[in-house]
Amino acid sequence: MSDSQGPVWEVFVQRKSGQPFVHCGSLHAFDKEMALQNARDLYTRRGEGMALWVVPSSAIVASSPEDMGPFFEPANDKVYRHPTFYQIPDAIKHM
Amino acid sequence: MNDRDSMKPGDLLLPVKSFCRLSGQIIAPLSFEIHAFSVKFAYSLTRSAYMEQNINFEDIFESKLAKNDFIEPKDWMPDNYRKHLIRQISQHAHSEIVGMLPEGNWITRAPSLRSKIVLLAKVQDEGGHGLYLYTAAETLGVSRDELLDALHTGKAKYSSIFNYPTLTWADVGAIGWLVDGAAIMNQVMLQRSSYGPYSRAMVRICKEESFHQRQGYEIMTHLAFGTPEQKQMAQDALNRWWYPTMMMFGPPDKDSPNSENAIKWRIKRETNDQLRQRFVNQTVPQAEYLGLTVPDEKLTWNEAKQGYDFSEPDWVEFKNVINGNGPCNKQRLKARNDAHKNGAWVREAAAAYAKKKGESTAVAA
Repeated sequence: MSDSQGPVWEVFVQRKSGQPFVHCGSLHAFDKEMALQNARDLYTRRGEGMALWVVPSSAIVASSPEDMGPFFEPANDKVYRHPTFYQIPDAIKHM
Repeated sequence: MNDRDSMKPGDLLLPVKSFCRLSGQIIAPLSFEIHAFSVKFAYSLTRSAYMEQNINFEDIFESKLAKNDFIEPKDWMPDNYRKHLIRQISQHAHSEIVGMLPEGNWITRAPSLRSKIVLLAKVQDEGGHGLYLYTAAETLGVSRDELLDALHTGKAKYSSIFNYPTLTWADVGAIGWLVDGAAIMNQVMLQRSSYGPYSRAMVRICKEESFHQRQGYEIMTHLAFGTPEQKQMAQDALNRWWYPTMMMFGPPDKDSPNSENAIKWRIKRETNDQLRQRFVNQTVPQAEYLGLTVPDEKLTWNEAKQGYDFSEPDWVEFKNVINGNGPCNKQRLKARNDAHKNGAWVREAAAAYAKKKGESTAVAA
């Protein structure tokens, strides 16, 4: 991954205080500081965020799309994990 | 500006006036016409700008709270705020994990295949909630081993409710309806807690909890509208769980040593008594619908305050249970310790396997 541009970093932006950091893209940089500055210049030019995380791409472990079916299959037949599976009389409030 | 001495070629000098102070808050420089400046330099400039203007980190912390902003792990925070959070979040995590035990008691004896898979899913969720919370606590600089050790040695507390036994299947219904109902009431408030990682864990948990309460109430409707014996089971369960559930909100405000700071720091946004009142207001009509009687002779609707008047739980019992003398404290602690000890070989094997494959436990950068 590392060529004349430096290694790749993944960028996570926090849009508003308290919200989760969401992945928004990646970039090249030679070190942590440069990665943070580049992330600011590349991904938050219009005030899109109030905090940034940069993480070396090499640290990301990803599931593979071709295994998606079997990988997530265990959740598919468990409708009872959802609240709508249960019968609650209409008269009951706050549930 | 002493920091100019430490500038490197390529660093760009930022005019100090671009940091302006507005009613106690620092506004970062608004616009940069630069491609790169040293982050270290920016930090040190910021810090010296703070010093020049006599700003301390406590002011910044306070101003964030005043603006309803959230505190993140790397932000400066007072030691007592950190300590309070570690205590509260870890107790919350322990409660989720110990909370698996009373319900786990019924997995092998659930009355149908449907109720069995539902209960399995619920107990699995509680385990997941414990993990969200442990990792949120770890962002404050405490390790998982320290947290678990405090639980296993009895140093850390967990919710007193889980020291009561589940005697019948109706208890599983009552726990979902009442105990999860009370937990949701508390956790909905905590979604807006001032500590970012705690707040975000609560958002996830609240989404998932909704099914827990509904499945509990569904069990209660089946029993309450079933045979007279089933209805009696439901009534007995309500009788047993009503007061322990009321205790979940903690001691009355006047006797709650931690409440003042928790409210001041916006960790909690409502007091124990406020939450308890709201719980009673919401739950009594749900009991009436089932044709069940809340075991409180003093329970009456108070038109003036638009809420119920009700009896306080027995706070002496509460203290006893918290201090280790509830019906199941020893059993719960032993179950946790046994589970941890019996799992030791799994942790050791996983570490040994990772070592053999050449992957250290810390992800290689």
